[in-house]
Amino acid sequence: MNYTAFGLFLLIILATLVITYYAARRTKTTSEFYTAGSSLTGWQNGLAIAGDYMSAASFLGIAGMIALTGFDGFFYSIGFLVAYLVVLYIVAEPIRNLGKYTMADMIAARFDEKKVRGVAALNSVAISIVYMIAQLVGAGALIKLLLNLEYSTAVLIVGVLMTIYVVFGGMTATSWVQIIKAVLLMAGTLLISLIVFAKFDFSLLKMFAHMKTATPLGEAFLNPGNKFNNGWDTLSLNLGLVLGTAGLPHILIRFFTVRDAQTARSSVVYATWIIGIFYLMTIFLGFGAAAFVGTDTIKQANEAGNMAAPLLAQALGGDFLFAFIAAVAFATILAVVAGLVLSAASAFAHDFYSHIIRRGNVTEQQQMKAAKWASVGVAIISVVLALFAQKLNVAFLVGLAFAVAASSNLPVIIYTILWRRFNTTGAIWGMLVGLFSSLILVCMSPNIWSTEPGKAILVGTPLISLTNPGIISIPLGFLAAYLGTIFSAKQDDPKFNQVLVQVHLGNVDQKESSV
Amino acid sequence: MNDPLQSVKQRDVDKLVATEQFQALIKKKKNFIISTSIFFFVFYFSLPIMTSFTDYLNYSISGALTFAWVFAFAQFVMTWVLCSLYTKKAKQFDQLVAEIKSSSVDKEEESA
Repeated sequence: MNYTAFGLFLLIILATLVITYYAARRTKTTSEFYTAGSSLTGWQNGLAIAGDYMSAASFLGIAGMIALTGFDGFFYSIGFLVAYLVVLYIVAEPIRNLGKYTMADMIAARFDEKKVRGVAALNSVAISIVYMIAQLVGAGALIKLLLNLEYSTAVLIVGVLMTIYVVFGGMTATSWVQIIKAVLLMAGTLLISLIVFAKFDFSLLKMFAHMKTATPLGEAFLNPGNKFNNGWDTLSLNLGLVLGTAGLPHILIRFFTVRDAQTARSSVVYATWIIGIFYLMTIFLGFGAAAFVGTDTIKQANEAGNMAAPLLAQALGGDFLFAFIAAVAFATILAVVAGLVLSAASAFAHDFYSHIIRRGNVTEQQQMKAAKWASVGVAIISVVLALFAQKLNVAFLVGLAFAVAASSNLPVIIYTILWRRFNTTGAIWGMLVGLFSSLILVCMSPNIWSTEPGKAILVGTPLISLTNPGIISIPLGFLAAYLGTIFSAKQDDPKFNQVLVQVHLGNVDQKESSV
Repeated sequence: MNDPLQSVKQRDVDKLVATEQFQALIKKKKNFIISTSIFFFVFYFSLPIMTSFTDYLNYSISGALTFAWVFAFAQFVMTWVLCSLYTKKAKQFDQLVAEIKSSSVDKEEESA
């Protein structure tokens, strides 16, 4: 066992618990619990968005994919970043102006029928839990490799910590854990990138020239096509990546933590700079690992390449740098799962309990209680699912979460703010078709079925060759929302003007109620 | 805080939306957002389309550096440029919003 790594892990746990202790004293009302009282600055929220978004899957996964497959791994880096243009241009400001605590609030601002809120909340829960299982399974495997702890122990530790942050410190603790993680992750990645770049005398051309012969792929390493050789599947992946972010509930709720649309806007801009610089540096992580660790060693540690970045740290800076990067990966996991618990719990407590079951007749105290119990419930469900999924290859779940977000949430968000004719039937159709078409397509895909035992979850021939459902499910989501509207006579037109005023001029009701 | 829009009721909302100023704001926003969105979608999807269905991007620009990588880096530059451009544009929109808000206060004072 690496004692430095163990020490740094404890330090991170201690630091986050201190944050939670102070955050707990500032978490008395539901507004403080769900949105940190909308008190974050643009900078703070920008860092928190970055911390919420850059998951262990992107830090460890992309570094490994670039190290093993070259250019193709970089597709993820590009898609994860360009997605922020969709967030900035289309969703950030409207959602700040229309919503209160959850994504469903935004849709309910126009359609106050309970069915719409219920379906929107179902989506948020589904996306967050799918995403969380991927994170928890990854976390368990990673901590097992880094600290030699049992998988189940590792998952339980992460599960308990995320529950403590959210239950006691709500959004304030979650945000600060994410901010600290973003700073640590950027520092660690920058350090490694500089060391790698220095080895090539700070010459990009020299680095690329070296990569031509550094891996078993030879010159092909630098060309696209080593991982993705089905063109339509590549497009499908890219479509899901670029449109998915704008529909991810745990990212959307971050916009409620700032006071107005201008601050929401500036926080996306800060986040985009941070996230962009980070994803650009994944080249150094990937190339560095391929050059200084070697394909065989990376694959030996983990077939998917997830250990590439920590192994690179070890090769460059010995045990201490390895321990530091391992600790950064641990902080990364904690920050992301805390955000996911909060987004799923807010959908349960705020949407299902307060609005649908209690029809809004609920006291502040009852709401707080519901929010806390929902967080505990979400954490328990996710941990149990993650324990069962230990032996499964669940890397595709992150892609699935993005595809569901892009197919079910994004069409409805866009139509809600842009289309006067749009109505409740269209909203419900769009969300359900988007959700279920993504799920069904994945159930028929090579992610679940493989003729080779052990390669996927079940043995058999996949019904479709697409591993990413986006290229079919996203158009279906838009189409279903459109057809549902056209084929139902119902008009919700009068409220559209209210929505327009709120989207473009700011939300007035909320300022009153938050005082 | 006394928000000028607090007293705006449904009828006033309809009136406000119908004003020339409000319509102009929406139109300006839409024009900008739709045209830039089309641009970045085309720019973004050109990369996977060209790498999936052609080999053109495998040609070298300088040494081992191929067009594919340069196009990939250009995606980052494009994102940051469009981010800054939006920030600038949005300040103009904020100006229009402020004008609309102040003129709706004037009208209320007149009618009061």
